[in-house]
This record gives sequence, C-alpha cells and structure tokens, in this order.
Amino acid sequence: MFELDLTAELDRQFTVCNACRYCEGFCAVFGAAELRTAFGERDLAYLSNLCHDCKMCYDACMFSPPHEFNVNVPAILAEGRAQTYERYGFPRVFARLFRTPLTAASVFTLAGIVVTLLAVVASAGVAALWTQQLGSGAFYRVVPYSALVVPAIALALYGVAILAIGAVDYAADIGPGFAFLSPASVGRALYDALTLVYLKGGGSGCYDVHRGSQLRRVFHMLVFWGFLCDFAATTVAAIAQGFFGRLPPYPLLSVPVILGTIGGIGIVVGAAGLIAIKRASDPQPASGRMIAMDYAFLATLELVALTGLALLAFRSTNMMGTLLGVHLGALVGFFVTAPYSKFVHFVYRSLALVKNAHEQRDVSHQPP
Amino acid sequence: MSDVDVVVCGGGNAALCAAIQARRNGATVTLLEAAPVHLRGGNTRHTRDIRFAHYGPNAAATETYSEQELLDDLLRVTEGETNRPLAELTVRESLTLAQWMQQQGVRWQRPLRGTLQLGRTNGFFLGGGKHLVNTYYETAIRLGVRVEYEAAVRAIECDGTAVRSVVYDRDGAEYRVRCRAAIVAAGGFEADVEWLKEYWGPAAEHFLIRGTPYNKGIALKAMFAVGARQTGDPRGLHCIAVDARAPKFDGGIVTRIDAIPFGIAVNRLGERFYDEGEDLWPKRYAIWGNLIAQQPGQTAFAIFDAKVMGHFIPAVYRPLCAPTMHELACLLELEPARLVTTVDAFNASVAPGGAVQLGVLDDCTTRGLTPPKTHWAQRIDTAPYYAYPLRPGVTFTYLGVEVDADARVIRHDGDAFENLFAAGECMSGNILSRGYLAGFGLTIGSVFGRIAGTRAAARYVRA
Repeated sequence: MFELDLTAELDRQFTVCNACRYCEGFCAVFGAAELRTAFGERDLAYLSNLCHDCKMCYDACMFSPPHEFNVNVPAILAEGRAQTYERYGFPRVFARLFRTPLTAASVFTLAGIVVTLLAVVASAGVAALWTQQLGSGAFYRVVPYSALVVPAIALALYGVAILAIGAVDYAADIGPGFAFLSPASVGRALYDALTLVYLKGGGSGCYDVHRGSQLRRVFHMLVFWGFLCDFAATTVAAIAQGFFGRLPPYPLLSVPVILGTIGGIGIVVGAAGLIAIKRASDPQPASGRMIAMDYAFLATLELVALTGLALLAFRSTNMMGTLLGVHLGALVGFFVTAPYSKFVHFVYRSLALVKNAHEQRDVSHQPP
Repeated sequence: MSDVDVVVCGGGNAALCAAIQARRNGATVTLLEAAPVHLRGGNTRHTRDIRFAHYGPNAAATETYSEQELLDDLLRVTEGETNRPLAELTVRESLTLAQWMQQQGVRWQRPLRGTLQLGRTNGFFLGGGKHLVNTYYETAIRLGVRVEYEAAVRAIECDGTAVRSVVYDRDGAEYRVRCRAAIVAAGGFEADVEWLKEYWGPAAEHFLIRGTPYNKGIALKAMFAVGARQTGDPRGLHCIAVDARAPKFDGGIVTRIDAIPFGIAVNRLGERFYDEGEDLWPKRYAIWGNLIAQQPGQTAFAIFDAKVMGHFIPAVYRPLCAPTMHELACLLELEPARLVTTVDAFNASVAPGGAVQLGVLDDCTTRGLTPPKTHWAQRIDTAPYYAYPLRPGVTFTYLGVEVDADARVIRHDGDAFENLFAAGECMSGNILSRGYLAGFGLTIGSVFGRIAGTRAAARYVRA
C-alpha cells in the first residue's frame, strides 16, 4: 500500500496544478492530471510512473518551495515510484528489503560473486581461478556448461515471472482492468518509450546538471541500447553454440564480441553519466529513497559491464578464471535483484504510457 | 567615469528584454533585481501568454491577427483612452516579438486546455512565466549581463536632464552604480499596501496581491522624485475576485474564482450587490475585484449549488459545502436568516423554463429583482450548497511615468530625460490606461524593453 500521507499530498499538489496548468507542455503527467479532479492511490500509481523525472515542472513552478503552496511534483512522484516498486514486487517480503537499496544490492551482488567463485572452486578446483585457459571451450573449463546454463535459465524465468506478476497487478490497478491495452495504445506507448520523448521536457530538456540539459536522455539511451546489444550478443552466442557447435570464447571480430563490446561500453559510459548527473542535480525535487535505488541499480550495472569488459581484455591471461567468476557472480547479483530494483521501472512506465495513450485518445482533438 | 554603460532596474520580462537587447547592442549591462534568485522575475512569473499581431500562422499562434485587429481590441478595452502613437508603435513592434523571443531561447507550445479562445491572438510560451524568466536570465547571463539579486533600487541621481547614477540597497548597505543610461522596468506599486491606502484607505489592508511581494514601486517613486511626469489613474488597479483563503502575495492564477456567474454573489450582510450575469469571460474577471473592494470588509461570497459544480475551472481551494443554505451561512459566519431570505428571493424571481447556456449571453434572467441577474439565472435549489469566500486580488497598478516613442521618460516640463528609460508595468499606463487585454502587458513590456535596450545602448555604447 502507498503511504496515506503521500496520496493526500498528491491530491493537494495536483489540485494546485490543475488550477494552473502551465506545465502542460512539458510532459504527459499534467495532461493526465487534468482528466482527474481528485487523486487517490490508483492515480498515484499511474502518475508516478508516467513521470520521467525531467524535473522541468519544479524549475518552472512559481509555487515551488519556499512558496507556501510548497509544490514539488518530481519529489512526490519519485517517492511514488519507489513505493510502486515495493507494492507490486512479489513476494512483498523480499521487495521490502529494497527499502535500503544500496545495502540490498551490495549484499546480493557480493553473495552472487562469492557463491559463483565457490562453485568454480568446487567444480574445477581452486587452481582454475588463476590458470590460463585458451582455445574453444576455455570458459567451460572454468565453469561447466550445465553449471552456467541451468542457473541462468532459472534466474531468467524467475525474473520474468516476478515482473509479469507485478505488471498484471499494476495494469489491473491503474486500468482499472485491462481494456486500455489496445494495439493502438501499445504502439503509441512503444514509440513514446523508445524515443524517451518525455525526457525532452517539451523541447527544453531536463533540469539537472543545468537547466535544459539533454544529457540524461543521451545517457539513458546509451544504457538502454547497450543493454539490448548485450542481450543480443548473448542470444547470438547461444545460437552459434547451439546450432553451429561453436564454443566461446569467440574471436574479437565476431558478432557476439562486437555486440557485447559496444553494449558494454554503452552501459559503462551511460551509467557513469547518469550517476554524475544525479550527483550534480538539485536534491530538492527528488526522493531520497528513489535516489538510493538509482545509485544501487546504476552501480550494479556498472559492475556487470566493467567486469565483462575486463574479462574480454584479459581472457587470454591467467586472470581469466577469476574474472569469469566475478563477472558471472555480478550477473547473478544483478538478476536476483532486478525484479525489485530500479530495473523494473520500464515495466510500470511502459504500462503507464499505454494507459496514457489510451485515455488521451478521446481528447486527441484537443492539444495535449 | 561610469561603472557600466546601462543599469537596468528590475528583473521581470521588460527588464530582461531591455538588458538582453542593450547587451546585444554592445553595451555593458548591470541588472538590479530586488528579489532573491528563486523569486526573481516579478509578476512575469505568473504570466503564460503574450499577445502579438501576426499574418498567417507561425510557431507561436494560429491564423492571422492583424495589426488593425490588435489595435481595435486595444481601443475597445481602453475605450479609446490611449496614447495613440505609442499604441500603434506597440502593435507594429509586436509583429517581430515571437521570432525575437525564440532567438533568446524561448519555446512555444500549443494553447493550454481551457484557453483555446486565445490560440489565435496569443502565443503560449512553454512552461509559463517562470520558465520564460529562467530562459531570459540564462540568455542574459550567457551574453555577459551582470545580475545583482536582492538589490532594491532606492534613488536615481541626475545632473540636469541626465541620469548619472543609480543607488540601491542590499543587506542593509547602500551601493551606487555610475552609468551612462538607466532603464527602469521595476513594475508597479501594488505590493506596497501603505501606498495603496493613500488612494483606497483602510480597505487596502484587505486586498490580496496576486503577484510578487517585491513590486513596492520604489523605483517608480525614484523617477517621480527626479521629476518624471505621471500617467495613469493612481487609484487604478486591475483587480479580480480571488479566494479569500489565498496567500497575501503570489497566489498567482490558481486562486482566481470563476464561479460567480454560476450562482449569486453576496456580501458580508448576506445581500446581493451586483448583476452576476452581466458579461462573459474575460470581462467579468476584471469587474468583480473592484466590486468586492467596495463591499463591507472587502469580502463577498460566491454561492452556488450542486447542479453547477464542475462547470468552471477548479481553483486551488475547494469550496465550502453544507447540506442546507442555513448551515452554509453558519460556515461562512453570515446571518443565516438573511442569506436564506436572499436566496429565496433570488429563486422566486428566476423566470421558469429557460435552459442555461453558459458559453453565450442566454435568455435566463430574473424578474423584479434588484439588482437583477441578467443571464444564466437558475434556481439555487440542489443540495449540497457551496460557497467560495472572496476578496479583491490585485494584479497590477496603472500608475506610471510618461514616455516617448524611444521609451525615454518625460519630465514635468514636457522634455524627455536624455538617458532615463522606462519599460513594462511602470509605463504601460501610457497605452493600457484602463481595462485588460490578456497577454498585452507582456507585449508592452517586451516592445518597450527592446526599444529601451536598443536606444540606451546606441547612444552610450563605448566606441
């Protein structure tokens, strides 16, 4: 459940917004708010995730603190997102661990690395950690194929299942029901999501490192497409192995390595950029809990990408065994925490965008 | 010896246009803003659109709004009381405003919901006035304009007809900037309640000020002190009905109440005092502030019922609500019998049969009632009953200094100061001497800000 104070505060602040409407051009949130006269839990769940956190509304608001109306929409919606991730996380007990996201991410990632290294030692002997391995199938002499694939598939299924449960619950709540998931709305939302149109602040950019910055959108694009490149690299590698019997490591000029390297660099640069932006930003229009979630997620991503690139760089040396263990361990940490971390934001935001596309279709003859 | 070529006194739209234009024309510029950085921008912070003539649609507005049409609109609201050459100049110069604003980094958006009637005549800048102000400050600072915050201009020092320096206070200390030209664009005096009381008496204590608490008219006084000629009615206020629960200052647009035509308005005695159905928006906004200012305690109440709830723009405060008129009166601390009598008399006078049409001046009127309600009259009979407590909300004052077509301030003797310019609210009375035209205050400020900036720089820029 959302905290009652937060819902009441949402209602109070958006009553001010609806009497003003100056921020209508920045993003979808204010157009959505104008369709409502009172704001409850469903609206909080919906609007929080429709917000892309560009913070322009705070910068442009003549009622932001120290004005007595104390309007700070980005802060309230960021807190709403943090609470969304917990509320729709399954099982709830587990999701609750992420109230202290940095601790949770550190513990699970560290545990992932330790367990993986122990597994390497148990299956291939302690010497595998610092023995040079070359040629086809070198990785599998450190981590046996079955020891890699079975946990990977299990983690993937677990992650997808939990995200699906959250998505269904969330969609049912904000819908209400599922009627809003029409093909037209989904198509529109997909466009909005892939272009990150609402990080443009209506053309003015974001209020972070400086007013009107477009950097956040650029760095987010790098992380997103980097992540997809790495996913594609893994898929191509699985096909190469499964259908053509070619075992990793692959040559530097092979599709999986090129895709993986591009993706890795994208994530390293993008995540570092997002962290830097967050550090330079005004802390007022933000939620402490959400900021901690952002840092925890970005740091985990950064660790996975850096260890992956290090493994590529040093795979022909005797450090390969240890690096492989650490990289896989970091991945375990990433995928165990993913369903409760900031990772999930794309699920709720996408659904909120679909809902928005759906409810705005009737008012499309009016300006958004 | 000068410290700077041009000193701009003020920090809102007109001041920023002047500072940017002077700097772009090569002058060194210092801008003195009385407010701290987060409250900078004067009343511009509360604006959202600007009116300008244009031929054919552009990035900012739709269709055509010709110079003649804009001038006609201006003559209509001012009832012809305008300095015709300056009015024509403003209209002509407005043609290039949208493009000029874009060059300073301003972005346009489509008209806000509920303001479509302004889409042809006015351009809506993205994010509203505070975002506009933020954009202008960034541009000005990038160009090299020096900005001093919390710098309240106290005096203008002249040598004959030429300004030599400007004196301002900050943190209790006094500073003097020697300059080759000074531009005053520091707004009106509506935030100085004592000054308002000179014309309005103790009633002014009950006025709410919709804009910045920093428009105390100090720079305006400083111009009068050196012999600037006055223009505009000192008693003239643009004043609308706002929620009585609004803050004393800076309530902006969200506290305005548009419920009056949907029911009745009564004063503290529980009596009606004016025809609530007289006119359509936006004229009705402009009259109710002054009407309420003339009621006892400068207080009134908009009373309506459940039938019309939701038919007007929601305000920031919810209306007070009660199941019976008697209980509503108790909530409002009115004499219940008196209010019930007023409402009963109103209901009894509503001619039966008419269907209220809110967008037009319809035929639904009262019969035999004084004052009448000439349009949109319908019985107040559906519980629950609602009320907004009302106060006059001052938007701006009309008093200012007289200027010429170069934005130079005119002296008592009819000659202009050599190098003292004025722009914005402190001179808009030359053109908008009365009435109101949405987004036209910004037009005057931008046009005369640009002129003042250009002229100030052109004459005094260093070789």
